[in-house]
Amino acid sequence: MSIIEVKDLSASYNNHDAIKDVNFKVDNGEYICLVGENGSGKSTLIKTLIGLHKKDSGEININIEDDKIGYVAQNNMKDLTFPATAKEIIMTGVQKHGKLPFYRKKDWEMFDNVCDMLSIKDIVNKQIGSLSGGQRQRVILARALIREPKLIILDEPCSGLDVNITNEFYKILDRLHEEKDITIIMATHDLDEIKTKDVRVICMATSVKFDGKIEDWKGL
Amino acid sequence: MNIIIELLNYPFMQRALVCGIAISLCSALIGVILVLKNYSMIGHGLGEVGFAALSLALVLNLPEMYVAIPIVIIASFIILLISQKKGASGDVTIALVSTAALAFGVIITSASKGFNVDVYNYMFGSILSMTTQDVIISVILSIILIIIYVFFYNRLFMISYDEKFAKVSGISVTFYQFLISLITAIVVVLGMRMMGTLLISSLIVFPAIIARKITNSFRNMVILSVLISIICFIFGLLFSFFLKLPTGACIVGVYVAEYIFAIIYAKVCKI
Repeated sequence: MSIIEVKDLSASYNNHDAIKDVNFKVDNGEYICLVGENGSGKSTLIKTLIGLHKKDSGEININIEDDKIGYVAQNNMKDLTFPATAKEIIMTGVQKHGKLPFYRKKDWEMFDNVCDMLSIKDIVNKQIGSLSGGQRQRVILARALIREPKLIILDEPCSGLDVNITNEFYKILDRLHEEKDITIIMATHDLDEIKTKDVRVICMATSVKFDGKIEDWKGL
Repeated sequence: MNIIIELLNYPFMQRALVCGIAISLCSALIGVILVLKNYSMIGHGLGEVGFAALSLALVLNLPEMYVAIPIVIIASFIILLISQKKGASGDVTIALVSTAALAFGVIITSASKGFNVDVYNYMFGSILSMTTQDVIISVILSIILIIIYVFFYNRLFMISYDEKFAKVSGISVTFYQFLISLITAIVVVLGMRMMGTLLISSLIVFPAIIARKITNSFRNMVILSVLISIICFIFGLLFSFFLKLPTGACIVGVYVAEYIFAIIYAKVCKI
């Protein structure tokens, strides 16, 4: 059964079409990489899917509870002096619409599990701006994972990070995909670094230009 | 020490102390959010709106608080709504609303009796002349604000740190922006009597920026901001009494000294 169905989706910025007539379906457990040149509409598609950008027309049907969707944004923290620890940021992941704004025992247990899983226990009390780019991205991933998502949507999570850190991050995603059967939709430029075999590639150029298995992908 | 104990026997000093601590606490709490969201100047802008509202209350011979609170709340909502429009910026909106309100205040003050003692007191603060009714209103509103803040603490942090993530999580960012505006407006009106409309923004901004200099977590920033605000108020009040200087200006003087100390401390301790 499809967990996401996108039909004839169009969205624009300042009367300029960012995505036009986009159609695709996502099945449970898929690992999808959205690729394309800069300005091809990858980020707009992701922002429209998660409700950060308004669509002009078309349909988005998401057959999954809102609180089971995790979101990881680009690695572009503007204010490195922001007074917040990794722990404070990760815990915001359990907050959602309709839930009282307090953390329960179960939430703290989940926090411990996620920190163990991502090996970030020793940095949780550090200020977010004092962490390396890779550590920061793990913290943001932990914030998405703490709500036990069935789907994670990532918008170029490794932009600006070096190759080793990028590879580490993708290994974590592979593990989550295989062990926890989490569906992944990720906008990325680093297709070569992704080692998972059953990746589906969707290439954007305002609309969908290619949609198929990674082995059939010939490049941009 | 005996002089301080003797001071506390004066009813006007007791009222000033209770009121001042309650208002300092509230302004420090909301100041953390405003500073982190780069909305530091809203206190100054709303202070000028408060001046216009108080001028109007004095001309119409109505209770100041009852006139000022709704007007300042409406102004804060207008600032929020305009600044949310595409292409508008927060500081420009604050400048527009505050200068328009200030001009309005000057016109109605001049058209009536000119600047009298009441208007002067509201411009520069006069905490020692607070009445029992002022104290009751300030304490009740402060308790309500603290309860709201504590209840929504985690959400307010989330909105301050990452508004986009809050939106994705289905949280109504607009509701919390209105809540922040509402709390700010009430704090500004409460603080005007203490600091004056011209210095009210210092009560909101200074504790938060001092705390930010010396800590790395949001929770510690909130706690430190509250402590700094109350301590600076108490010292400012004492200086004001002994040196016979305006209370608001003395409190700001203590803030400035504390801020310089915080800069040195942060450099030495490499925070």
